[in-house]
Amino acid sequence: MVYLTRKMEFSASHLYHNPAFSAEENRRVFGKCNNPHGHGHNYVLEVTVAGEPDPATGMVLDLKELKEIMQREISDRMDHRFLNYEVPELAGQIPTCENIAAVIWRLLEPKITRGHLNRVRLYETPDLFVDCYGDGNSKGASGRALGQAPGRAGEAR
Amino acid sequence: MKLHLSRRYRFSASHRLHSEHFGEEENQRIYGKCNNPYGHGHNYVVEVAVSGPVDPSTGMIANLADLDAFVEREVIDPLDHKYLNEEIAEFQRHVPTTENICIEIFNRLSRFPRAKLERVRVEETGLNSFEYAGEPGGATHER
Repeated sequence: MVYLTRKMEFSASHLYHNPAFSAEENRRVFGKCNNPHGHGHNYVLEVTVAGEPDPATGMVLDLKELKEIMQREISDRMDHRFLNYEVPELAGQIPTCENIAAVIWRLLEPKITRGHLNRVRLYETPDLFVDCYGDGNSKGASGRALGQAPGRAGEAR
Repeated sequence: MKLHLSRRYRFSASHRLHSEHFGEEENQRIYGKCNNPYGHGHNYVVEVAVSGPVDPSTGMIANLADLDAFVEREVIDPLDHKYLNEEIAEFQRHVPTTENICIEIFNRLSRFPRAKLERVRVEETGLNSFEYAGEPGGATHER
């Protein structure tokens, strides 16, 4: 098995706000990220595809094809967008790095035609990133609807 | 799908690689420059990966404020700007190689109450790094 990784950047804004929380609770849980005007990041996306190289081409998956898939599925949707309002796949979710990575996984997985998607790594900053791995269960931990009480306290992220 | 949240932290500390198991000459041969009796220092980078269900009300595996506060209290505060051999009990018993620093940091962080600790990766310099993900079955490392 060979693992091939392609990197891409996109820049987008977001804000964290749960309409089920009070204003005070939103500020307490999400801190600075609750600023109603939003704020942005330069996201760095690493997509890893695993597979056996095709004996005829020596490739797991043509890098050009992977680049085009990432451009079409992710960059065209998310680059220079306000993630809360302009990316329907994130509607009803807090656009945290966890949830964005899970959306990216779901968008890319069916488009990988040779080999299989092994990992999606999304950097929100150089010091914060999320790795997403498949486990054969598409109903993953993430992506559920909003509305529950906060499970934990905190200040900001 | 499974998600791991990773966060990078930094601390600076000095150490000396010297083992009681060896004589002076052998220590010098094995550890080279790192055996300098006065010690030397590094800017360490600690990468911490945790996993767990994403809370749908926050979109988070763990609130970074909680993770940051825990890592700060358990690892960064106690190790930053210290001479590891003299000031950290664990390294009075074990050579403070980055392998052992990695295990010690993992053991300290494994008590994080809000998510499961998956892995600790420590960069001693930009050119070398070490990873520890605990022992199979969650056993603690034999020390």
